[in-house]
Amino acid sequence: MFRSFVTIADHSREKIEYLIRMAQEFEQHPNRLLLQGRVVATLFFEPSTRTRLSFETAANRLGARVIGFADPKVTSGTKGETLKDTIMMVSNYADVIVMRHYLEGAARYASEIAPVPIINAGDGANQHPSQTMLDLYTIYQTQGTLDNLNIYLVGDLKYGRTVHSLLQAMRHFNPTFHFIAPDELAMPDTYKDYCREHGIRYVEHQDFDADVISGADILYMTRVQRERFTDLMEYERVKDRYLLKLDMLSKARDNMRILHPLPRVNEIDYAIDDDPHAYYFQQARNGLFARQTIICDTLGITLEQIKEDQAIIQ
Amino acid sequence: MPVGSADGKRNMKRQELIVSALDHGTVIDHIPCDRLFQVISLLHLEQMTSKVTIGFNLKSHKMGTKSIIKIADRFFTDEELNQLSVVAPNVSLSIIRDYEVVEKKQVCLPDELRGIIHCNNPKCITNNEPMRTLFHVTDKQQGIVRCHYCNHEQNIKEVKIV
Repeated sequence: MFRSFVTIADHSREKIEYLIRMAQEFEQHPNRLLLQGRVVATLFFEPSTRTRLSFETAANRLGARVIGFADPKVTSGTKGETLKDTIMMVSNYADVIVMRHYLEGAARYASEIAPVPIINAGDGANQHPSQTMLDLYTIYQTQGTLDNLNIYLVGDLKYGRTVHSLLQAMRHFNPTFHFIAPDELAMPDTYKDYCREHGIRYVEHQDFDADVISGADILYMTRVQRERFTDLMEYERVKDRYLLKLDMLSKARDNMRILHPLPRVNEIDYAIDDDPHAYYFQQARNGLFARQTIICDTLGITLEQIKEDQAIIQ
Repeated sequence: MPVGSADGKRNMKRQELIVSALDHGTVIDHIPCDRLFQVISLLHLEQMTSKVTIGFNLKSHKMGTKSIIKIADRFFTDEELNQLSVVAPNVSLSIIRDYEVVEKKQVCLPDELRGIIHCNNPKCITNNEPMRTLFHVTDKQQGIVRCHYCNHEQNIKEVKIV
């Protein structure tokens, strides 16, 4: 019995907690032979070095072998082959397919036609559920719980799919969200409606300063990209307003942690890297455990099996 | 009833009769003329083997001009008929048995639309791969549908028909 991992928005509270327990096992012992003899394919129809390395490391550290491509220029897609044909062909070779695609909905479609599980490593502007899984794990790891947290989302809330997925996945845990963004990149109404439908509290802030940050348990920063603005004057006007500087942390709670999906350009001052609130590099490391979890879960390997697993490489 | 009565309804009935009466089957009336051929293709009438009568550019009190289709010996499921709601939400359906109208129906948006409309999102996989579209209807009153693949919500009035 296998199941694809296309979105995290539909996952129940129980399923998310189960996956977090599994990721804890991998954090304790990341090197195992659980997937010995298996083949994992990584098909990147759009380059994403960070995500690909994370998935490939996850597979390698569990003893699987990895095939695939990092650059769509080398595939038959450029000769006019359909996604379906590529997926059906690779399904003959691999036990699970990790797929990144520039088209939205590509992973859902692939999961409907493939005889092996599909893991969505990002489909255009739509979903990036493995990022959400590692975000959830990091929040749990730093706060000891997912319940009743104040989560501040800062930057590009309009196009940032990671913040949208996080918002949806947190709905089971009674969060309060705070939205801090320039008008052009404000949280879309669809997601505010989603909050209302699911009883999620949210507050919108104009300012981004020490007083606002003082209420945060999680400060989730995203990149404000120049190319997202239709009015470049507006970009020049707002770009510095959403930079996080060290003095803005003066009133921050002790438990507050700063997360960022990376790559960072200049939205977090480098002086913050040594501050105990900074957590984005540890967050990136959690990507490994989250992706080990996702690969195993899609292949039908259970938490019990992982706990009983004797093939740990010390 | 005297011939040439001023009763408009009667006149309309006579005009429908010009198209020919039906003993058994389905009548789809009040089709906007510019949607007639979409209705034909949605119900796959071109593949029918029984008698199909089509009236095009007929006079209508309600609509100015209208089209009508009479399909002999064929009764459609609600699911099939509800597909029409996308192209012609105001059609009148009559089920005929032994020359009698035994049932009148209106169409309503179904819960799902399979292979009927295109997604508005040019970056959606359905617009780039030879595959069937699927939409979930999220608001029947407002006509809001969500693409099963890319999750984009769109108004049914703004989508292209396959």
